[in-house]
Amino acid sequence: MAKKQQTWELRLYVAGNTAKSLTALQNLRKYCETHLPGQYQIEVIDLLIQPQLAEGDQILAIPTLVRKVPEPIRKIIGDLSNEEKVLVGLNIRPMKQLLQ
Amino acid sequence: MIPLSKTRTGINGLDEITMGGLPTGRTTLICGGPGCGKTLFGMEFLVNGVTKFKEPGVFVTFEEKTEELVLNVASLGFDLEKLQAEKKLRVDHVHIDKHEIEETGEYDLDGLFIRLEHAINSIGAKRVVLDTIENLFGGLTNEGILRAELRRLFHWLKEKKVTAIVTGEQGQGSLTRHGLEEYVSDCVILLDHRVINQVSTRRLRVIKYRGSAHGTNEFPFLIDEDGITVLPVTSLKLNRKVYSERISTGIPTLDAMFGGKGFYRGSSVLVSGTAGTGKTSIAASFVNEVCNRKQKALYFAFEESPQQIIRNMRSIGLNLEPHLKKGLLQFHAARPALFGLEMHLSTIYKTVKEFKPSAVVLDPITNLVSVGLASEVNSMLLRLIDYLQGEGISVLLTALTSVVDEKMDEGVSSLVDAWISVKDVESKGERNRLLYIMKSRGMKHSNQVREFLITSKGLKLIEIYLGPLGILVGSEREEQKLQKLTGQALKDQQVRADFARRRQGNGASQYSKTKARS
Repeated sequence: MAKKQQTWELRLYVAGNTAKSLTALQNLRKYCETHLPGQYQIEVIDLLIQPQLAEGDQILAIPTLVRKVPEPIRKIIGDLSNEEKVLVGLNIRPMKQLLQ
Repeated sequence: MIPLSKTRTGINGLDEITMGGLPTGRTTLICGGPGCGKTLFGMEFLVNGVTKFKEPGVFVTFEEKTEELVLNVASLGFDLEKLQAEKKLRVDHVHIDKHEIEETGEYDLDGLFIRLEHAINSIGAKRVVLDTIENLFGGLTNEGILRAELRRLFHWLKEKKVTAIVTGEQGQGSLTRHGLEEYVSDCVILLDHRVINQVSTRRLRVIKYRGSAHGTNEFPFLIDEDGITVLPVTSLKLNRKVYSERISTGIPTLDAMFGGKGFYRGSSVLVSGTAGTGKTSIAASFVNEVCNRKQKALYFAFEESPQQIIRNMRSIGLNLEPHLKKGLLQFHAARPALFGLEMHLSTIYKTVKEFKPSAVVLDPITNLVSVGLASEVNSMLLRLIDYLQGEGISVLLTALTSVVDEKMDEGVSSLVDAWISVKDVESKGERNRLLYIMKSRGMKHSNQVREFLITSKGLKLIEIYLGPLGILVGSEREEQKLQKLTGQALKDQQVRADFARRRQGNGASQYSKTKARS
């Protein structure tokens, strides 16, 4: 059951406080609270402030959510409005099923 | 009105066609099929920008990884690592993998913009290349967003006042697969890689250049260790310098036919003839003469190897080896089918530029037809002859003619200044060579047919015998000569005999007289 203890390191790339970015962050917080309570870290990176970080994670689209841990790295782009897709993208679904 | 300002690419020949380069501060689309040289084109534009025009550049690659790109262009002498270390060039690899990315909801490509801006600002770039931006279509599914963002990107590039190149893969029936030409409308250049008769030729065409005149033809171009070279055919002008200095042909009797002095310096001479008529020997004599006068000669052999030519020429009393050792003579042997015509042309250009000869021999040009159509060969020769004459270099071409097809000759003959024709004549069981001058612009030349002899002491022309039975050559001429000689000898003897008899007769009569007296 090592999987349960695992922390999910998530990184959200945004560019300024745009509506899309804020929506994405809200959505992400909501999903994480529901499905990964106490098991996640969210780091928000504003590329307007730190443009040099865009290259490292190969960021093209804004907003982009990157799952750094657990590996492999997954990326979800968009305002994360579709919960189903985000969960599948982050591979969280099985966790929820386990919890149920 | 301010004329459109242009940014020079530094690519050989392209700036001539576009009359100054690509539009400054605008985006140019380079499209073409796979392997046509788009990436290289972009890279050369950037590297030249740095090395020749002091303009830093950003290369955004959507296809190859940075390391791969560095390796690929290293063969062309581009040291990207050094340029990157000097902060004059920046290569940014944008990687998109459909499998890693999930799309949900609205997004934009601000990330790309930010990266690009960061890259541009970090080195103060004036030039940007996006290679191949269409790969985004493979990685992202929402085409609506993508198209809107691309439109915004091209606007943004204009605002940034960078001169940009965007490459695009050619699609079926359209210039690019995803219609990039809709967004980039200032300048469009199409690269093409065609294979005709198993020989590939690259061609370039400026399809569109808003606000500027440009060459509209298809121009052949090549990629070699010096990068891209575009060869503008139509920029040829007939205003080269002419020389009235004369140079010997290396065959005194042939010189005599050319008004006693030989060819003009910087003229083009064609030696045509059927197989085995001694074209190479004439060429070698000429080269030998040039070298004897301590001038440099360059020999392009498309049929024989240099060693073979040297050995063969020894048999006619020409020793080319010392010239070779002294560095006065240089051979360049290559099979015509080795590469395309344009490549041959460029090799010739380059060798000539390096070696700076005063005479060049191409032996034989007819072999080149095997790699191109006669019209293409003609246009190549036209460019070559023009170039050489512009430099004041004399050029001797040999051409193999068959009895049937003389078309090639006709095409080339209008380009050359002098034309020597060698023919075989067969009669009474032997083959003899006849030589005559078909034309020689601007000088008095012999209109006579001479018999052309290849002897162990070199080449020789002798007057043919015109007898009551027509032209007599070879053994017939010898026979005639002998007959004449014997005739003369007989006559002489007759005369001598007569004289002796008369004298004797006189003596005898005198003797008889004295005898009688005594």
